[in-house]
Order: sequence, then C-alpha cells, then structure tokens
Amino acid sequence: MGFLPFVLPFAELEVGQQLYWQIGNFRIHGQVFMTSWLLIGALLALVVIGTKKMERDPRGVQNLLEFLWDYIRDLARTQIGEKVYRDWMPFIGTLFLFIFVSNWGGALVPWKLIKLPSGELGAPTADINTTVALALLVSLSYFYAGLSNKGLRYFEYYVHPTPIMLPFKIVEDFTKPLSLSFRLFGNILADELVVAVLVFLVPLVLPVPVMFLGLFTSAIQALIFATLAAYYIGEAVEEHH
Amino acid sequence: MPTLFLFGASEGGLFDFDATLPLMAVQVVLLTFILNALFFKPVGRVVEEREDYVNTSRSEAKKKIAEVELLEAELKDQLKEARLAAQKVILEAEVDSDNLYKEALALANADANASREKARREIDSQRNDALNQLKSEADNLGNLIVERLLAKK
Repeated sequence: MGFLPFVLPFAELEVGQQLYWQIGNFRIHGQVFMTSWLLIGALLALVVIGTKKMERDPRGVQNLLEFLWDYIRDLARTQIGEKVYRDWMPFIGTLFLFIFVSNWGGALVPWKLIKLPSGELGAPTADINTTVALALLVSLSYFYAGLSNKGLRYFEYYVHPTPIMLPFKIVEDFTKPLSLSFRLFGNILADELVVAVLVFLVPLVLPVPVMFLGLFTSAIQALIFATLAAYYIGEAVEEHH
Repeated sequence: MPTLFLFGASEGGLFDFDATLPLMAVQVVLLTFILNALFFKPVGRVVEEREDYVNTSRSEAKKKIAEVELLEAELKDQLKEARLAAQKVILEAEVDSDNLYKEALALANADANASREKARREIDSQRNDALNQLKSEADNLGNLIVERLLAKK
C-alpha cells in the first residue's frame, strides 16, 4: 500500500491474518476468542443485570430481556411448531443472540484501536471457523431433533413425497450447513471489508452510511441464521401424514 | 497483497480451519446452557406467570362484569316495579282525595241549602207575623177612627 503518499495508521487492510495461540498440538485464532469472550461477557452481564430483580411490572433492562425472550419465542414457535419449540428455544435464542452480539460488536466497537502483533480484532462471525461451528451445531441439532422425536421414522422425511427426492434430500444435508456458514461469513466479512476499503479510500463521511447498512445487514443475518436453524429443526420434527 | 492470503496458504488465509472450530462449537454449546439457566428459564417463568396472572384477572373481571350486569338487570326490574307501585299509590290517593272533596262539597252544599231554607222559613214566618200585626193594628186604628167619628155625632 505504498503507492499513496500518506497512509492513515488505522486505515490498513489486513485480510486472512490471524493471531495464533498454540495449545498443545492445536492452534487457535486468538483474536476470535478474545472478541467473542468480551462480547459474551457483555451479553451475560446484560442478562445478569436484567434478571437480578425481576418483577411482575418489568422495569429497565428486564423490559429489554422480556422483549428479546418474546421475540425468540415467537421465532421458535412459528418455525418449530407448538409441540416442541420449548426444547429448542434456548438453542435458537443463543444462536440469535450470539450472532447478533458478534456482528454488532464487530461493527460498533472500535477494535482497531487495539494493536495485535498479528491479525486484527473484529466480529467473531467474520471468521469461517465460527460460522462453520455454528452451522454444524445446527446440523447436529436437527438430526437430533428428528431422531429423538420420531425415532427411525425420521428417515421417512428423505423419501417423503416420493423416493425420487432421496438424492436431493441427502444433498440438502450438506448444502444446509454450507449455505448457513458461508452466508453469515460472507456477509459479515464483506461488510467489514467494504467499510475498511471505504475508510482506506475516503476516510471521512462516506463510510458512515455503509456502516449503518452494515449494522442493518448484521441484524438481518443474525435473524436469518436463527430463523433457518429453527426452520430446519421444525422440518425435522414435523409429522408427515 | 491480500489475495495471497485467500486460498491455499498454509499460514493464515480466509479459509484457515483449525482447532478454533471445535472450540467455538463447545463454547456456543456452553453458552446455550448458561443462557438457558440465566436468561431463558427465569425470564420465561416471569413472562408466563404474568400471562397466567393477566388471563386469570381477565376471566375474573369478565365474571364480575357478568355479575354486575345481572345485578343491574335485577335492580332495573325492582325500580320498574317500585315505579309502578308508586304510580298506583298516587292514582289511589288522587281518587281518594277526589272522593273526599266531593263528599265534603256535597255536605257543605246540603248544609248551606238547609240553613238557607231555614232562614227563608224564618223570614217568611216573621213577615207573616209582621203582616198580621200590621193588619190587626190597622183594624184597631180603623175601629178607633170609626168609634171617634161616631162619638162626635
């Protein structure tokens, strides 16, 4: 990036550089865990503050928590169905809250002010490991939901209208986590990159609307991920007649 | 150049899978259990308790409204009956007073007639008396005049 006469200290593009932590024989991406711990800590702090003294007439943070709870319940109930949504509500809610907090935390907190020896802090969901982990958890959950609710009859789903569907449904089991993880990863990473490039090119004013668009995208992506996860679980536990 | 890091590089890159993946999965599962204990269960309990409370309050209120409506109807009936009774009493009283008035009037008329009759009769008798007296006096005077005239002769 030496072709510009001046380079602002925070307007540098770093893509795909990681801060490695060595644990035994394994290596992990330190910056992902640092931000995720901070954001999970903030989320848990909010939850603890809001549930400390709950009353029948909600006040303060309790209102926000109840709004979130209601929102997540509606999401889970419409996608999964009245019968088993209670079992899956915590999982769907955690996915939603974790992704939402990660996306917004990545966009709102000025991480660039903290210098790392390698890589940079950002949204944990802009790392492919995180999104694939989440997507695989969703896959495991819908298999578990289907098998625990219907036993081996779950596999009727693969030949449901006709046996011709079998190959498509098997392919679906692979495309579901693939599309879930790449959608989230792509959107969040693209948003960070667009903002970074704009800040690099035009450091004033112009990036702001894109940042707002990024916040919007981040919220939508959290909602989409949670809704699709709930939909897959709902599809697995649905009774065919 | 950023593109160098995108694919294939053994160090770094956008698609750099390592132990972050399973660790993150474990972390999210743990977070699910923690949030279930700290957030979903307690908040759900409070919200559902409130929903129950609102529902029972509402059904109680509905029951009370029904009771009130029943009472209102009863009271309205009572009011109507009372009104009818009052009207009847008023009517009776009016008839009574009318009768009393008529009776009193008739009595008074009779009294008046009787006393008038009595007075007339008294007047008549006194007039007759007076006339008789006058007649006798005139007769006396006549006799006197006649006597006197006869005596002069």
